[in-house]
Amino acid sequence: MKSIKNHLSLIVALISILFSIQVFIVVERSIDAYKENLAKNYSVVVVSEKRIANSEFLSIDGLINRVEELSPDNIINRLNTGMDQKNINLLKLTLPKFYKLYLTKFPTPKEITTLRKNLFSNPSISKIEDFSNNHDITYKLLVLFKGVILVFAIVVSIVTMLLILKELRIWQFKHSERMSIMGLFGAPTWLRSAVLFRLSIVDAIISSILIYLIFMYISTNRFVLQQFDNINIKVVIFDTLNDFFLLLGVSLVLSILLATMIVLGHKEEV
Amino acid sequence: MDKVILAKDVSLSYDSNQTIIKQATFSIESGSFVFVTGASGSGKSTLLKSLYGAIKPKQGSLIVGGVELNNVSKSKLNFLRRHLGIVFQDYKLIKEWTIEKNITMPLLINGYEKEVTLNQAESLLKHVRLKHQAGKYPMELSGGEQQRVAMARALSHNPILILADEPTGNLDEYSSQLIWNLLEGANTQLKTTVIVVTHHIPSTLNVDYKHYHIEYGEISEIN
Ligand SMILES: Nc1ncnc2c1ncn2[C@@H]1O[C@H](COP(=O)(O)OP(=O)(O)OP(=O)(O)O)[C@@H](O)[C@H]1O
Ligand SMILES: [Mg+2]
Repeated sequence: MKSIKNHLSLIVALISILFSIQVFIVVERSIDAYKENLAKNYSVVVVSEKRIANSEFLSIDGLINRVEELSPDNIINRLNTGMDQKNINLLKLTLPKFYKLYLTKFPTPKEITTLRKNLFSNPSISKIEDFSNNHDITYKLLVLFKGVILVFAIVVSIVTMLLILKELRIWQFKHSERMSIMGLFGAPTWLRSAVLFRLSIVDAIISSILIYLIFMYISTNRFVLQQFDNINIKVVIFDTLNDFFLLLGVSLVLSILLATMIVLGHKEEV
Repeated sequence: MDKVILAKDVSLSYDSNQTIIKQATFSIESGSFVFVTGASGSGKSTLLKSLYGAIKPKQGSLIVGGVELNNVSKSKLNFLRRHLGIVFQDYKLIKEWTIEKNITMPLLINGYEKEVTLNQAESLLKHVRLKHQAGKYPMELSGGEQQRVAMARALSHNPILILADEPTGNLDEYSSQLIWNLLEGANTQLKTTVIVVTHHIPSTLNVDYKHYHIEYGEISEIN
């Protein structure tokens, strides 16, 4: 019982830090996935007097990923009220070409302006529709969302840092007595602090494993998966290898740092 | 005979305005049994503190176990302390450790095998009549029982010098006798030097002893 109590306070602090880090990672991933989704659906329509080859488009701006030529058949069919085939063919020749440009990523408003300028440098391009109104609103929402998450993460870090500092003081008090007594019997510093370091390393490992279990549960939870499905994105909630070792590393660094601060702050009593 | 302690003009104080021990000069031979008496607040515990290097002499020179304590390095002091057996007036047991682990802490620090420490813990618990309390934590013991644990800890690693600060202060006659027997045994059988601070010198002791008395900061030998 006693030993569980010894561990609990640090484990709780570590878990809350690890949890907020992982939540931040998942949100980041969701935003990236969502952006990718948007980029897939977002396109710029270009009207050109002359035919422009795909390769020519790609060399205009690195942002352009894929080009789709829009067939004029749709428009002609709509106008087609008893024209003969010969006239239609003639019309087809005189009609400008329509291209739909897909981009490599969801662009910023500035990137769109540059793209427009680059496209217009080609003299045969006469008109560009970039749906900038729509695009601007979506982009601003994403930026806002990211900002909110960042503020949230900063607040959580500050609160947990305070938690850790409070923990530090409790630990300092709790361990300094034992460290002093061991010192009176001639224990060198490394031996005096060995218990402390062992405790903090064990706590770091325990909290990483608990976080692993928590996120394993979350990533198979139907409600959570449903939420991601609703916005049509696929997100890795917990990458067993990368995320686990990242969190394990963070908690080891934090708890060893904590133990080191206690050892350095320890004063011998008379 | 070898001197375990050599003190020359040693003055001790916590701050500059009040000197607790004034220019004490004395020497203690290896294997002797020494009592230190004096009124409460006279400086008995302070004297012991200087002997295990917790406070440095303000003046004079102090050598314990061949280690000059005036300007001792951390590692040298640790080396000396590993060969001392100290019973503190306030016991100084480690709360979060069982009494067995407390008793064998000096062995742990001296790097003994786990098996040795376990055997030693068992036999020492028997010696201080606490076998029935095995596995408990210090807070679960009475004051007198804690004091006996502290005594057992001081004996666990066969120290060259035992410094005991009122080791029977909280004990009834029976338990006090137990402690005196243990100290006497260590002194006669293992040739351990023993320095005991006490208010009451037992009449049943079978060893020759020296008696120092502290009064007004002066240490004098009583014959
Ligand atoms: N850590 C300390 N800081 C400042 N002064 C102290 C400290 N410890 C003891 N003193 C002072 O030193 C004097 C001697 O104290 P000490 O503990 O050596 O007495 P003692 O002879 O052991 O008394 P007792 O028989 O009550 O244990 C006291 O006047 C006390 O106020
Ligand atoms: Mg005292």
